[in-house]
Amino acid sequence: METLGKYFIFLGSLFVNRETFKTYFKLTIDECISVGIGSVSLVSLVAFFMGAVTTIQTAYNLISPLIPDYVISLVVRDMTILELAPTIIGVIFAGKVGSSMASGLGTMRISEQIDALEVMGINATSYLVLPKILACLLMYPMLVILAGLLAILGGYLAGVLTGVITPQEYIYGIRFEFNEYTVTFALIKSFVFAFLVSSISSFRGFYTTGGAVEVGQSSTAAVTQSVIAILLADYLLAQLLL
Amino acid sequence: MIKIENIKKSFGDKDVLKGISGTFEKGKPNLIIGSSGTGKSVLLKCIVGLIKPDDGFVYYKHNEFTHASRDLKTEIRREIGMLFQGGALFDSKTVEENVMFPLNVLTTMPEDEKLDRVNFCLKRVGLENQNKKMPSEVSGGMKKRVGIARAIVNDSNYLFCDEPNSGLDPQTSILIDELIAEITEEYETTTVVVTHDMNSVLGIGENIMFLYEGHKLWEGNKNEIMDSGVKEFDDFVFANKVMRKLKKLD
Repeated sequence: METLGKYFIFLGSLFVNRETFKTYFKLTIDECISVGIGSVSLVSLVAFFMGAVTTIQTAYNLISPLIPDYVISLVVRDMTILELAPTIIGVIFAGKVGSSMASGLGTMRISEQIDALEVMGINATSYLVLPKILACLLMYPMLVILAGLLAILGGYLAGVLTGVITPQEYIYGIRFEFNEYTVTFALIKSFVFAFLVSSISSFRGFYTTGGAVEVGQSSTAAVTQSVIAILLADYLLAQLLL
Repeated sequence: MIKIENIKKSFGDKDVLKGISGTFEKGKPNLIIGSSGTGKSVLLKCIVGLIKPDDGFVYYKHNEFTHASRDLKTEIRREIGMLFQGGALFDSKTVEENVMFPLNVLTTMPEDEKLDRVNFCLKRVGLENQNKKMPSEVSGGMKKRVGIARAIVNDSNYLFCDEPNSGLDPQTSILIDELIAEITEEYETTTVVVTHDMNSVLGIGENIMFLYEGHKLWEGNKNEIMDSGVKEFDDFVFANKVMRKLKKLD
């Protein structure tokens, strides 16, 4: 409970004693490049193969001749949009970006760089963490959209090249009874997950004490706690919004 | 001028500072000395507000700092420059960007003026033409110099140095001490240096505060060291053979 309270105080301190808009703008753009562009290759690779594997495994399980082939791509579409793109990529995002944030801030803490900011009269929480959270809120939904598209493309290529489904059937299945709300739901989830990963990881890193070993521990704790938070939030959002 | 009154700080059941009072004067180096673990760095962090004391007051001129509003604290802190033990340079920024950092964040100065000021400060600490180097590419002594340049770039009224000589060879240590003393005199700053280096004490100790087990046991200047009359202080100062011989000669 004490840690939870400290976490909320930490979040509150993001919005007090801020610097100029120009300062945050530049920092946020830098973070967007690091968080967003830096994650594109990994997210693309994972999403593409996730879609491909989902197609093959769905086809493998749908053995009844009564079920049309386009159901394969329909399953791929709904799984990708509702769960795989926002949640699985969220877990990967926590591993890549969350650990990097926690270790970066942890190193700044133990090498007194955060103290140096505080002594200058700069709100270190706001200066260092707010741009990271804003960057994640901006970039993660884009990564989720990219992941969704690439997963569906991966599924298409795997399905067509292995002959489990024709291109026409795949496209038909993708478009069949499409509910746009699933995209809205995925984007809501992506905003929530982005906030959780960035704020929890920053919190763990910011309050690192000790030395190099503790930085590693903070990084591990950041990923573990971010993943747990993602899974809990995933369940809650599904209950509330579907 | 900085004045501290009855500063107390405990961590758990360990009392680190047990009511320290004193005055740090403007225009001359004020040294806080003592053995490791006597609370020197904790006292310094209480003075700059990185640690909140359990009791006591810190006055910058006439403004009480410890219990001040956030705005007043920020205002006072913007007059503070600090040299940290490890330099605390931002390792993703170049030497120039490190020194320019306070100007970028805290001022609206035009770019060319900022660059002039940075070059002036780097020259002042003997680091001209090192602008584009990364902190990982410079030596320990140079890091300290960059730290000093960053601390004075914003025309700070208060300069704090936490163990400025740690990890440096004796010659470089003396250069850093001299630099701190010169800057203090030149810019009329109130400078507080935490150290346990006897060369610093003898070289620049104009106002020395000796801490022992959380208490202030002695206060004076470098000329009064020989006749302190305090056993714990003598044990600290004359710990090595050279100093003992020096005392005998005296």
